[in-house]
Amino acid sequence: MNSQFFLSLISGIFIGGVAGYLGSLMLTKRMALVGDALGHVALPGMGLALLFGFNVSIGAFLFLLLGIFLIWLFEIKTSLPMEALVGIVFVASLAIGFLIVPEPELLEALLGDISKVSFEMAITSVIFSLLIFFVIKRIYPKMILTNISEDLAKSEGIKVKKENFIYLLSIAAMVALGVKIVGSLLVGALVIIPAATARNLSKNLKGYSLGSLVLGILSCLFGSLLFKITHLPAGPLIILTSTLLFLISLIFKR
Amino acid sequence: MENSILKVENLNVELDGEKILENLSFEVRGGEVLTILGPNGAGKTVLLKTLLGILPYEGEIKWAPGIKIGYVPQRLPFIKDIPMSVEEFFQLKNVSEKEINPSTRAELGAGLVPHRNEVSGAGEILKSIGLGKEILKRKIGELSSGQFQRILVGWALVSNPRVLLFDEPLAGIDISGQESVYNLLEKLKREKNFTILLVTHDLSIVYKFATNCLCLNKKILCYSTPKELTTERLSQLYGGKIKFYEHKHE
Repeated sequence: MNSQFFLSLISGIFIGGVAGYLGSLMLTKRMALVGDALGHVALPGMGLALLFGFNVSIGAFLFLLLGIFLIWLFEIKTSLPMEALVGIVFVASLAIGFLIVPEPELLEALLGDISKVSFEMAITSVIFSLLIFFVIKRIYPKMILTNISEDLAKSEGIKVKKENFIYLLSIAAMVALGVKIVGSLLVGALVIIPAATARNLSKNLKGYSLGSLVLGILSCLFGSLLFKITHLPAGPLIILTSTLLFLISLIFKR
Repeated sequence: MENSILKVENLNVELDGEKILENLSFEVRGGEVLTILGPNGAGKTVLLKTLLGILPYEGEIKWAPGIKIGYVPQRLPFIKDIPMSVEEFFQLKNVSEKEINPSTRAELGAGLVPHRNEVSGAGEILKSIGLGKEILKRKIGELSSGQFQRILVGWALVSNPRVLLFDEPLAGIDISGQESVYNLLEKLKREKNFTILLVTHDLSIVYKFATNCLCLNKKILCYSTPKELTTERLSQLYGGKIKFYEHKHE
């Protein structure tokens, strides 16, 4: 195993794991497609990063912050559902991305490229994945209670707005990491599929959240190995591995 | 007044520029069962939430110092989407404890937030809601609506409250389940002498169980014992003319 592949594998495993874990929370909040949408919001930032040669995740994160800010702003101004506002921001970002990013960079931004992970990138991926993991772990029970009932959570003294804000920031950070692995088109799958699979297999919350994490790791692990063998693009292979695990879970569904 | 648990004076609640509650004043004493009646949209649920301190209001809400309140919300439609055992649901209680400082505790009307060391044993709570320990391992989504309602009541009991706030505890439960939940309320009342505030549409509860009732439609239309709750008053509340209270922006 060469060291380049090892770096890719390590980044993939950590990012895949935390994406799955966070995804388990997003699925209970009926926000499964938000990861998908935000992946597209990140596109212009990624393109600019590739053009000017800085870290893709930083470019993605900046545009994600901007996107989330706009969604939040629109939500105050209108009574339209969150879904519609996310939709508007994400297609607009996509359009901007297509206009400003030249074609070769665009393809890389859309599909990701784990073969280019540098040592520094791998280290930052691991550190940020762990950081996001611990933040999510801390807010997890509060978010679950909030998802069950905001009133109940408030009556228990949970500061719903604050927790939501931390949660959204975590999603943005996670998407910024994830786009590097599977690209902006497929990052949503990184959060949805492991959680969906885990839900089929688990009968309690612990099994569900841990299961999502493990399935996220397994998908990235096997997907990357397949990439090593076949030399096909890694992103789609990771997602298809994840999908295969989901199909298998249908057989064992509780 | 001695033994006063809750005193509300000139309570006004306005949400999104619309007046929901207007000039409510009433008092609840220890051990009373106050039922809150009113048509849909009368502000009953809003009243409960305001009393819990989760909605902004004007006027005065005075809970007896240090009193603990248990809240049983109306419906939790999303809970069945979450794979979770009954035990894990109970573990969600107290998750916010560390974030609450004494001043917000006081601000919230005190007692909404339990101390961990005051949590009674799970066995005792399950016994008081008439369920066995084996239910702890069951998945929430697999419970019947009556069982789930009992679990919600049990959840509220964890903080060892003296006051219980119920929002339509019998809504959406089949008849046998309703009977059992109703019996549970009565048992809790009898054994622990809770003070209970209860929003309901079920008049049989009012006549059998309540010590007082409050008819609400934005304003208090009547405040009386169940005996004095005549058909005339009820038709005035539900069927009669519903006044539109105009609200002018300044």
